[in-house]
Amino acid sequence: MDGNEHTKNLFAATDLIHKKLRAQRTVKWIFGSMSVVILIPLVALTSYLIIRAWPSLTWDFITDVPKQGMRSGGIWPALIGTLYTVTFSLLVAVPVGVMAGIYLNEYARESWFTRIVNLAVVNLAGVPSIVHALFGLGAFVVFAGLGKSILSASLTLAIMTLPVIIVSTKEALFAVPVTFRMACWNLGASRWQTIRTIVLPNSIGGILTGIILQVCRAAGETAPIMFTGAVFFKFVKRGDLFPYKPTEQCMALSYHLHTISTQVPGVPESMLYATAVVLLGFVLAFNAIAIVLRTRIRNRKKW
Amino acid sequence: MIRATSLLMTMYMVFSDDTVMGSNRNRPKYAIETSNLNLWYGDFQALLSVCSKIKAGIITALIGPSGCGKTTLLRCFNRMNERFEGVRVEGSVEILGSNIYDPEVSVVELRKKVGMVFQRPNPLPLSIHDNVAFGIKVHSPRRSLNKYEIDTAVQKALQEVFLFDSVKDKLRRKGTELQLEQQQKLCIARLLPLKPELLLMDEPCSALDAAGTEAVEELLLSLRGQYTIVIVTHNMAQARRISDECIYMLNGELIEHGETANLFLNPKDKRTEEYIEGRYG
Repeated sequence: MDGNEHTKNLFAATDLIHKKLRAQRTVKWIFGSMSVVILIPLVALTSYLIIRAWPSLTWDFITDVPKQGMRSGGIWPALIGTLYTVTFSLLVAVPVGVMAGIYLNEYARESWFTRIVNLAVVNLAGVPSIVHALFGLGAFVVFAGLGKSILSASLTLAIMTLPVIIVSTKEALFAVPVTFRMACWNLGASRWQTIRTIVLPNSIGGILTGIILQVCRAAGETAPIMFTGAVFFKFVKRGDLFPYKPTEQCMALSYHLHTISTQVPGVPESMLYATAVVLLGFVLAFNAIAIVLRTRIRNRKKW
Repeated sequence: MIRATSLLMTMYMVFSDDTVMGSNRNRPKYAIETSNLNLWYGDFQALLSVCSKIKAGIITALIGPSGCGKTTLLRCFNRMNERFEGVRVEGSVEILGSNIYDPEVSVVELRKKVGMVFQRPNPLPLSIHDNVAFGIKVHSPRRSLNKYEIDTAVQKALQEVFLFDSVKDKLRRKGTELQLEQQQKLCIARLLPLKPELLLMDEPCSALDAAGTEAVEELLLSLRGQYTIVIVTHNMAQARRISDECIYMLNGELIEHGETANLFLNPKDKRTEEYIEGRYG
């Protein structure tokens, strides 16, 4: 036995191991930098918007009505209009979507019917919003005779958000361990009792998150409301909380941004950016609510 | 010599059975009778015309190697198999004299009388109190129970499983926060307010350590007599320790059914003998 072999540890890393470790470090570094990269556009976009919008970004801008052919004043009617369309669409989409999701995950057995429904849901989720707009125009505005109105716009948004609400509800329910259901059934609880007492309380966080993310989408989309209920300008009193009837057309933030950017000449640039910031703020506020709800509910449940 | 011992054991057990039965209400001698029970998972036949008679008031152990159908048979007794897709059952299972596969049978009523405990303790994500109260609440019309009735039933059930003293100060804490052994006891306790006749146990100790296993076995022995207990176990030593009768199954067939002492000492079937000696499984 010579001394060289004596000093060498039996488990010392070989060249191959060193090579593998190097590869592993490189990969980790690349993946890590990618996760930083995704932050850059978000921060850059938001800060750019806020900087450009700064001169117009006042409390007055939010609560005031547009003046001088929308070249000054605020965006109150559009903000309230968006709130209206989003709320009405949720009133339709949430009960339908959540109940359908519960049925599909808790009751339905694998059959041709559930396969068709699931296929329909997935396909509906992939339909572009402009197609939803045309469907809404045909179905609600013309066929159902609702005309261009908040109702038509909300129903169109509801159809658009429905698939994702169904899917997220299903996934939230699916995440509840099946052993809980077994335990309930073994105590003789009916499916509905099981759902009401155990499954829903433990999945409500996920369901709410899905719903709130759809709020953001409903608030941000321009196309579906453009043909079905959004209007160029509507006279509304400053700070009026109930300016619209459901059968009337309304202004909406996303559409307002579209019109003042493309249809109205001479709008101060900072106003365009300020409108975008308010729209972004609306969406971020809802996202924040979703995150808070989720963490609070997650802290409550432990299994 | 062996014959004599087993005869003595038999006599002892018949005697002790009678005392237990005597203290109880009139019930049929057999809690479960299956005849020509066949079960398929899709194309795979998991039970082959199983005929068994399980006596009331004692502990019967189902033993056999993995995949022999013992859990499947156990699940037939409260129709838990129906939750799985592609399950087909033929033959009959009579529990306390009624065929549970009769069309007029309500699964809810059946499961009230036939409770089940699982391998992995699965307390509901509720408080300890609500876990035990769950069964009564589910089976009573809303607002028909007062708080006192529920609390008494909960306390009684927890006392019956020797859990009350250690949890009485934290009944509002989550059942899922308890130690595994306590969780398993809680899972047994929550069956009791429904006044079940049978308790089905699917390897109730396999997730527990030695001390936990001993505690749960002690509990089972104390519940013996009051309830008919059927326990699936992988652990032959456990079957020997706690069961009065043993059913040995292999490949979906019931090979041998007899008094535990007898079955372990003089197995009638070659296959039982080899399994008990540890030649396979």
